[in-house]
Amino acid sequence: MVQEVVHPFAKYLRSAMMPHIWCPGCGNGIVLNCFVHALDELQKDLDKLVVVSGIGCIGRTAGYTNADSFHTTHGRAIAFATGVKLANPELEVVIISGDGDLFAIGGNHFIHAARRNIGIKVICANNFNYGMTGGQQGPTTPLEASTTTTPYGNIEHPFNLVHLAAASGATYVARWTTLHVRRLTQSIKRMLQKEGFCFIEVVSPCPEIFGRRNKMRTGLEMMEWFRRASVVENFSDPSKAEISPEKIVVGEFVNTEKVSYERLLHEKIAQINEKVMGW
Amino acid sequence: MTGKRTLPTGAHFMSGDIACAEGAIAAGCRFFAGYPITPATEIAEHLSERMPEFGGIYIQMEDEIASIAAVLGASYAGLKAMTATSGPGFSLMQENIGLAVMTETPCVIVDIMRGGPSTGQPTLPGQQDVMQAKWGSHGDYGIIALAPSSVQEMFNLTIEAFNLAETYRVPTLLMGDEIVAHMWEKVVIPPTSEIRIVNRKKPHVSPSEYAPFMPEDDLVPPMACFGEGYRFHATGLTHDERGYPRTQNSEVQTRLVRRLCEKINKNADKIIKVEEVMLEDADVVVVAYGIVARAALSAVRKAREAGIKAGLLRLITLWPFPEKHVARIAGQAKAIVVPEMNCGQIVREVERAVKGTPVSFLSKLGEDPHTPHEILDVVRRCS
Ligand code: SF4
Repeated sequence: MVQEVVHPFAKYLRSAMMPHIWCPGCGNGIVLNCFVHALDELQKDLDKLVVVSGIGCIGRTAGYTNADSFHTTHGRAIAFATGVKLANPELEVVIISGDGDLFAIGGNHFIHAARRNIGIKVICANNFNYGMTGGQQGPTTPLEASTTTTPYGNIEHPFNLVHLAAASGATYVARWTTLHVRRLTQSIKRMLQKEGFCFIEVVSPCPEIFGRRNKMRTGLEMMEWFRRASVVENFSDPSKAEISPEKIVVGEFVNTEKVSYERLLHEKIAQINEKVMGW
Repeated sequence: MTGKRTLPTGAHFMSGDIACAEGAIAAGCRFFAGYPITPATEIAEHLSERMPEFGGIYIQMEDEIASIAAVLGASYAGLKAMTATSGPGFSLMQENIGLAVMTETPCVIVDIMRGGPSTGQPTLPGQQDVMQAKWGSHGDYGIIALAPSSVQEMFNLTIEAFNLAETYRVPTLLMGDEIVAHMWEKVVIPPTSEIRIVNRKKPHVSPSEYAPFMPEDDLVPPMACFGEGYRFHATGLTHDERGYPRTQNSEVQTRLVRRLCEKINKNADKIIKVEEVMLEDADVVVVAYGIVARAALSAVRKAREAGIKAGLLRLITLWPFPEKHVARIAGQAKAIVVPEMNCGQIVREVERAVKGTPVSFLSKLGEDPHTPHEILDVVRRCS
């Protein structure tokens, strides 16, 4: 009689939803893996965890995580999560979504959630394009990169996501690539222990759609780029944190303390009630 | 001791927007997210003051899309939640109203209609969003929309909207107009104990057995909320009863979308409310809703004084459309008159329902609503 072997992390995944939809060589699985490791190391209560995603390949992560999870419309994960966190501040609310979702259609929600310092945690898998819809240009596509909508090379300047997050008021900002699994896991752990709005960018390979058009046909070739180009520059100026064929600046850029919106809100509510009711 | 926290039981003089905000609090709403827009802004302003007194959340979001998305999040986190807007903002919300339908999220959306299209007439009334209420989001779905005619109804129907939203797990729309929102009238607020409140039904199985979209006999699934240990998934994608995406499966799509429509259609008799005035022997029936119904009532009374057998069918529920009520009056009346502040929206539904009885449409756009005399003239011509 063969004993059934259960993966030690099986409890973190919604096994009934497997197999996942991701391509071989995709970085999304690594992001999920690091997230799950961080949850495990912190012994997070899965009953109090809510994972929210928008649309795109990485957006399926919500469904794959064995917690309460919600797959919103394109770009609206942060706005939805804001409602969740304010309605029940006891919940740990984590958003795992993509660059197009969070920064094109969702850009406005991102900067405002960071400005308010709502205690939600955002992990962005940045693969430089819209993988699921077939590899169109997005807000992080590098200059001159080839995509299905920039066949002559991209002429739009990309967002520097860590700079944007820091400038908008995030209390924790980091960037890693999917090569940096240990540091990424540590970063996620650190983020999950913080109070305010936190942001981690994970530069992630999309070999099937982006790499293929940009001379990196396999996940391995993209990971080779990350290995060759990544430089850890902790607490360096996020405005100078470049991503180019030669250099990918990674590290922790911001780690500050600032009272969260939900704490201010609930303190305010308590004050008002004291005044009104004389409690 | 009567703190400010207590609901203002008794007679008050207040505006429609304020009555709506008080109705929301009375219904148990504890989350409001919105974005300022005339003529709905006073709902937000009033709730920014009142919500904290009840431990509730008020937040001004960065736009209407964020507002409705936050409302859905708050509802799934266990609170009764609402937003309020007007035409342009209502248009922005449509995609997430579809998400609310698909994920069966109880919530209330107040649309104070003004003249459109586009920025249109921010300070003047309209009834130009009633088709948007039914068809605004993409795909097929059932929805509930109510049309208040008075400040008292802004209060009463806001409570009713929450009750319906919770009962059927459906976004419920309160379709007011600039006049009912801004006019001041007497409102009687009953003692809290006399207000009927409905809460969403909760699962009665263990988390491992729970399927978040498995309907009961009324076609509505019980709803667990985040943090209650059920660990469920919800998605805007076509999903099975467990909430898992099944986007390639026509059977699942058919079963799901039909149920989303049928849970409203099959319960229509329980949902629909109309007011019938002097219909028993009416030859000419005016069908109206919202602020226009008040001029229509006056016109019907004047017609009776002049010896014309006129009656009024006031639609309180716009969606699901009170088809049976309209069909019934069409069977006995010689003529039907539909005054509306648009170029013809609900009149099309009336025509579909009456089959044969002549329908006169009285359209008005712009500043003032119909006067009783304008409606009376048409009633006279039809009699
Ligand atoms: S398209 Fe790209 S991002 Fe999407 S699953 Fe495939 S490799 Fe990953």
